[in-house]
Amino acid sequence: MRVVVDFDLCESNAICMQIAPDVFEVRDDDFLYVLEENPGEDRRAVVEQAIQRCPKQAISLEE
Amino acid sequence: MERRAVTIVGASLAGYWAAETLRRDGFEGRISLIGNEPHAPYDRPPLSKKYLAGDLDDDRLALTTAEKLADLGLDLRLGCSATGLDMADRTLEVDGVAEPFDGLVIATGTRCRTLPGTAGLAGVHTLRTRDDAAAIRDAMADGARRMMVVGAGFIGAEVASTAIGRGIEVTMVEALDAPFGRVLGIEMGAVMADVHRHHGVDLRTGVGVDEVLGDGHVTGVRLADGVTLDVDLLVVGIGVIPNTDWLEGSGLTLDDGVVCDETCLAAPGVVAAGDVARWYNERYGESMRVEHWDNAVQQGVHAARRLLLSDGEATPFAPVPWFWSDQYDRKIQLAGRPHPDDEVRVVAGSTAEHRFAAFYGRDGRFTAALGMNRPRQVMQSKGLLEAGASWDDALAFASEWE
Repeated sequence: MRVVVDFDLCESNAICMQIAPDVFEVRDDDFLYVLEENPGEDRRAVVEQAIQRCPKQAISLEE
Repeated sequence: MERRAVTIVGASLAGYWAAETLRRDGFEGRISLIGNEPHAPYDRPPLSKKYLAGDLDDDRLALTTAEKLADLGLDLRLGCSATGLDMADRTLEVDGVAEPFDGLVIATGTRCRTLPGTAGLAGVHTLRTRDDAAAIRDAMADGARRMMVVGAGFIGAEVASTAIGRGIEVTMVEALDAPFGRVLGIEMGAVMADVHRHHGVDLRTGVGVDEVLGDGHVTGVRLADGVTLDVDLLVVGIGVIPNTDWLEGSGLTLDDGVVCDETCLAAPGVVAAGDVARWYNERYGESMRVEHWDNAVQQGVHAARRLLLSDGEATPFAPVPWFWSDQYDRKIQLAGRPHPDDEVRVVAGSTAEHRFAAFYGRDGRFTAALGMNRPRQVMQSKGLLEAGASWDDALAFASEWE
């Protein structure tokens, strides 16, 4: 699976970073960086939670 | 627990995620999702921001695509209202017609308080639904020039921000001494006031509304201090009332919301979620009702799962509340539950620059983190709050930031 962020929608609320800090990081410049574009299958549930709780619906998964 | 069917009353955020969760978890029974608005589930935060500004169309407001919604296989009943509940018979009344239910999720949300004496007066608005937002958006497009916002909470602040962005004159009236003062305290409330004034809002605090003037259409407002202002668009954001009228006499306990236990259970086979739910949050040792977006998502998920569990299997819902609010070019975030007279410490950045993080503490405990354009720090702080960090530990953590 591949994590895709729509950076036109992302407003750096950083909730994804709190849920999956190994995948997402909002840095001091207030921008989101995807640390792991292809997380392992064991991270699916966590990434799905980040997708669900992103206030901007900016995250999706491509299989 | 074996359930054949689940009925969800309320097709907004909490109700939608309850339905989605049941299917995601493999529930194969019938799921009825009943909503009193004619629209498929949509997202409310943009209503006071991009949607109000006209920068977001209806399709982009939807919580999910029509295709994904169809894939959930719901008995979706839009434009229908729950009008009664009988726990003794275990029947739900929809538009006056009784039907049996098996599992029930109550997610009917809230409605806006209104100013007395403004019923039927054109140009006076509240903002809760997509149609409310469209009406204010259209009034701005039709040439409204002088807006008054009553109440400096989320709705008032965000509407003012959007209107200023469209070149409309905005007066904001707040009965308390500072915007968000009841939540953030006087010191941080003053920072919020400064942000509004910096962007050109005529903010008047510590004053109420005496009378709304106009014959057919609002023309002005007389304030409690005797000042009368010309107004052609009035937006009232003075809080909400839980939608529990339909539950009067049902047998459920109501107290400014549907009263639930720590697992979101209101009665056997009945859960509540979102703005309407008053549940016992074990983390804080108190019952609370939270009107935030993230709470509605999480509680919708938790409550749906609770319905399928036995009492022995059920787990408490005990989150640290979190919200964000976008005002002008600032992102305001709060994690935790501050008390207005907690100690406040700015731990990063500067309030004068409107970019900072501040901590709230009380009796050696770390109670909340407030950020303005500091999302990284707020989220790290949320983790500390969830871990139960002490005030000293939180300050030590923050001392590494700059």
